[in-house]
Amino acid sequence: MKQFLEGSFAVAEGAKLCKPGVVSAYPITPQTHIVERLADFVATGSLNAQFVNVESEHSAATVVLGACAAGVRVFTATSSQGLIYMSEVLFNIAGMRFPVVMVCANRALSAPINIWNDQQDAVSLRDSGWVQVYAENNQEALDFVLQAYKLGENPKIMLPIIVNMDGFILTHGMETVDVPANELVDKFLPPYKAPYKLDVENPMSFGLLGDPTVYIETRYALHKTLEDCLSMIPQVGKEFEATFGRKGLDLVELYKVEDAKTVIVAMGSVCGTIKDYIDTQREEGKKIGLLRIVSYRPFPKEKVYEALKKIPKVLVLDKSISLGSEGPLYTEVKSVFANKKPKVSGFVAGLGGRDITIETIKDMVDISRKKEVRCEFLGLRPELLKEDFYVGI
Amino acid sequence: MKEIKIFARAGQGAITTAAILGEAFFHQEIYAYAFPSFGAARMGAPMNAFLRFDTKPVRLRSQIYNPDFVLVIDPTLIKTEKCFHGIKKGGIAIVAIRDEADLTEKPKGFKVAKIFAEKIALETIGKPFSNTVLLGAFAKLSGDVKLESINEAVKKRFSSKPEILERNLAAIKRGYDAV
Repeated sequence: MKQFLEGSFAVAEGAKLCKPGVVSAYPITPQTHIVERLADFVATGSLNAQFVNVESEHSAATVVLGACAAGVRVFTATSSQGLIYMSEVLFNIAGMRFPVVMVCANRALSAPINIWNDQQDAVSLRDSGWVQVYAENNQEALDFVLQAYKLGENPKIMLPIIVNMDGFILTHGMETVDVPANELVDKFLPPYKAPYKLDVENPMSFGLLGDPTVYIETRYALHKTLEDCLSMIPQVGKEFEATFGRKGLDLVELYKVEDAKTVIVAMGSVCGTIKDYIDTQREEGKKIGLLRIVSYRPFPKEKVYEALKKIPKVLVLDKSISLGSEGPLYTEVKSVFANKKPKVSGFVAGLGGRDITIETIKDMVDISRKKEVRCEFLGLRPELLKEDFYVGI
Repeated sequence: MKEIKIFARAGQGAITTAAILGEAFFHQEIYAYAFPSFGAARMGAPMNAFLRFDTKPVRLRSQIYNPDFVLVIDPTLIKTEKCFHGIKKGGIAIVAIRDEADLTEKPKGFKVAKIFAEKIALETIGKPFSNTVLLGAFAKLSGDVKLESINEAVKKRFSSKPEILERNLAAIKRGYDAV
């Protein structure tokens, strides 16, 4: 049923429909409304789950790890400092191959303390072994939660998944969302049947010492399964579409790329802003398109190559920065092409909630007309860049 | 697509106003994207809420700098927050005033509607919730959303509190009639 919903409530509805047995999370801005709503569902009986109150995100991650190890479907959500505080456990969850589903309300990292949106938190965990997908709007955020369980719990996959949604922009933004019917979700997502679990009748151990004779194989297996997700993600998306009648998960989205001379590459909600910019440019005959990265892990290198190989100019917009290098998405897109065409320029914008407007996108395109850049920060305020900040030594 | 920017102090119901308007547009099968000024506002601190609406899904995710409509819930913000800055030509500002002296400047290129919203709110709701009164004024002046749709949205919000609902509906009607 269509409803006018805040993004946080939309994903909470999505999580409820998946009937997790255990929910554990710790409040952190801008994720708090998600767990508040889930706690409410549990308290009022509309969700038959254990809501485990914890004293930190590290414990929240540990609780869902333990419950998932016992063969139970679990849900958690966090943001920013909470995510990196969880990070030790998150690598463990992936290494133990438990299909935990988490929503991350993307937010900047301290210091300085900043509660606003960028994507540094989740991007910093790109090597953790979790699948990472990025929603453009609240409908996708809800739908991705359903599909995350479907993908992760596949016995051939058994991986945890982070569904990313931009903090505030989506979590606190209200828009029309179609909340699917219970029966349809039950049809799409049957109860979780763990292929292995903690069981006194059949004792097993997880996460024990993996010495040099076995460790590297566990990493290889994780890596190979993430690569398998390159074919599984679109397949889950097709099954979703067959059940719910709207487009499901995919690795990338191409928007007006076919005849484009310039293509912007980005992730998350800013892609909506870019699409509006592209439409105004197209009216003036300027051939611009968008390649939206939906699946950041696994990174769909072949799809990126196929989409961009004939494009003369590519502009990558990062909402995070690999300090000392460049925008992480830029690095990956550039690596697909080495020294061949297209010319790939890298831009960093929107860190810590700096607003990305149509003007920001226009600046990016204007700069690219003059030169090819590798790590150009958009919208910097030069008056703040004094020598105290060790700029320009 | 049209854009609304709401000025208030945290606690005066700017987000509720945007949410109710969004729900009212939703009721008319118009797509809306309502969002607060991002961040943690302290009670009493100036803050904004925003709303975009369109016949197709709203994709633009930036904040709003050139609104078609401005709603000012607290008149003490008019100058300090530059509430009228960037209003589109032909736009409308709806301002809750307590006194004629609250707003003396003559607008250029846009229309200003003044309304003694706090007084009306005190008479109807019994509390100084000017935002509810402005909802009615917006329905009348914008022509983009029907009074009935706003009433439906408010009914949904206060479904468990019939007495509060009646008072709010009365405040909205008075706001509608006052402009």
